[in-house]
Amino acid sequence: MLNSGISVLFEGINLQRLLIGLLATLRVALISVLISIILGIIIGIIRTSKNKLIQIPFRIYLELFRIIPILVWLFVIYYVIPANFDINLSSEVVALIVFSLWGTAEMSDIVRGAIISLPKHQMESSKALGLSPVQMYRFVLIPQAAKRSIPPMINLITRMIKTTALLTMIGVIEVIKVGQQIIEVNNLQYPTASFWIYGIIFFMYFCICFPLSRFSRKLEQKWAA
Amino acid sequence: MSQQVPILQVKGLIKKYGDKAVLNGVDLQVEKGKVIAILGPSGCGKSTFLRCLNGLEEVQGGDILLDNQSLINKSTNWRTVRQRIGMVFQSYDLFPNLTVMENILLSPLKVQKRSREEVEKQAKELLERVGLADRANDYPRQLSGGQKQRIAIVRALCINPEIMLFDEVTASLDPEMVREVLDVIAQLAEQGMTMLIVTHEMNFARLVADEVIFMDKGKIHEQAVAEEFFSNPQTDRAKQFLNILQF
Amino acid sequence: MENLTFDWQYMIDVLPHYKTALWLTVKLAFIGIAFAIIVGLICSVIQYFKIRVLSNVVQVYLEIARNTPLLIQLFFLYYGLPKAGVTLSGELCGIIGLTFLGGSYMAEVFRSGMEAVTKSQIETGKAIGLSNLQLMRYVIIPQAFSYSIPGFSANCIFLLKETSVFSGIAILELTNTTKNLMGIFYKTNEALFMLVIGYLIILLPLTLFLTWLERRVRHAEFGN
Repeated sequence: MLNSGISVLFEGINLQRLLIGLLATLRVALISVLISIILGIIIGIIRTSKNKLIQIPFRIYLELFRIIPILVWLFVIYYVIPANFDINLSSEVVALIVFSLWGTAEMSDIVRGAIISLPKHQMESSKALGLSPVQMYRFVLIPQAAKRSIPPMINLITRMIKTTALLTMIGVIEVIKVGQQIIEVNNLQYPTASFWIYGIIFFMYFCICFPLSRFSRKLEQKWAA
Repeated sequence: MSQQVPILQVKGLIKKYGDKAVLNGVDLQVEKGKVIAILGPSGCGKSTFLRCLNGLEEVQGGDILLDNQSLINKSTNWRTVRQRIGMVFQSYDLFPNLTVMENILLSPLKVQKRSREEVEKQAKELLERVGLADRANDYPRQLSGGQKQRIAIVRALCINPEIMLFDEVTASLDPEMVREVLDVIAQLAEQGMTMLIVTHEMNFARLVADEVIFMDKGKIHEQAVAEEFFSNPQTDRAKQFLNILQF
Repeated sequence: MENLTFDWQYMIDVLPHYKTALWLTVKLAFIGIAFAIIVGLICSVIQYFKIRVLSNVVQVYLEIARNTPLLIQLFFLYYGLPKAGVTLSGELCGIIGLTFLGGSYMAEVFRSGMEAVTKSQIETGKAIGLSNLQLMRYVIIPQAFSYSIPGFSANCIFLLKETSVFSGIAILELTNTTKNLMGIFYKTNEALFMLVIGYLIILLPLTLFLTWLERRVRHAEFGN
């Protein structure tokens, strides 16, 4: 009954297709993460300035992504841009745009937070020891800022990977879509397929995200100083 | 002169953290009404010793007798013991979400189940005595360190303990506030409260204590009547310790 | 560039749909958050006191809930479970999903709140004779509550936003309603504008309330 359904996983190239779908998901995640890290660091550093003219627009940018759910953002970009600007965007591109913007916003906040949390006396002690500004950044400030940013960064990456599940709602061919196709095709032969297919997709996400969380926690413990 | 059983007896107390012995066989007899100052270098086990007496630390060997009854056995209800042996800490932890009065009333009302009328009366008297009667409805964050510590003492006293333990209670205070707290402790001594005081305030110990015990490396190194100890320390270690404090 | 002006009449016409959707969103979020708080409290107490066996169960639950997307959890509940004989309404699935996911986030926040209560506060409580239960009630929980508020607020907002994911299982909350309306009327700008306003209407009062809560709890706190 239910158990017979599990063999749908091993039927033909189903499992393979699911994994390919997963790779499509991860590809979007990976590219957006890379963009977010690079831009996020730059913007994060910029945002440490006390200048209100800089602070306010960036703050609004961040809050927009904090208030509006990512799914809504996906819909907005997916529907609004083609409707108003006569550009055709594939859903993958939409996904990349939204995820990169989101990731950059959050990353900039992490970086900024890490920088301003550095104790001031670190800078003073370094100067008192005679370090040049470059040396100070290289040996004191950047390592410490990195230690404070990396766990939240990994946390953000994990969240971004989880959120890629939403891409199915704007038609990206990723693991969930593939799963749904498999379920439909095998409906007669394996009526209980949906239990197993969604089950395994659940398991796949877990297998990706759990090691990342564990790793982040180990790092945090190691750097607990 | 009748021989009375000392209210508190400690016999061969042993306390270990893992393999390391923090208390290495401590013996002490405390008679009712006596004030005992406990001195010694950092890490000698003074605070640990105090914390063993009210069950905050577990003991690996030896015995503690309160009114000739052993406290070191499985059936000891430490909650009851703690109502007879009160303790005030260095970090005058008042509960921040309660007012001064609520802090003081908490244990008498909820643990000892006494009547509110009676406890409030006692609390107000005690607050008068330490000069903080007008602060009864303030929150801890509105008080200075010295005031908080005095309230912490009142809170402990309101439970009517027979013995009071003081663990370096002035160590976290600004020098100006140390005096007001020591005054309160001196008052208690005059009224005959049995006390064990761990402190670094040598002059205070000299004036207020009946006996002094000097601890080092988990043992009592020297024990004497207070005046004797300060004017005529017997052991080298004690001499060294006292010398350090005189420039 | 055409279509940059809003069709206000259309927006007024579809307002009732949005009102229903908004109300449903708030309702589901509220119930989900309430259950998440309960689950979170139970889990955090279990972890704080390191209760044998249960601690491990809770740990497994937390890892699973935090490392899988809500959408998959919902799909599994809504499409998968019926095959195993358990059929639940979309809204129930949504609530279960929010509870499952939210419970883990709340558990984390409450536990770290409890652990933030200093050892000396707890020892002082013991020294005046409080029992474990009394310690919990008079010392740990009030202070833990105050320490947890920022994380708690963040979680509430997060869970509210996650209701948008319910659109994946045909629940007519804000996002889904908007999607459907866009499918019928093609007034994408207007629809999405109202969608964003819809979330703002829910989130702004919530944020104000949570900020007020934070301030009120902070008010009675923190002497040392």
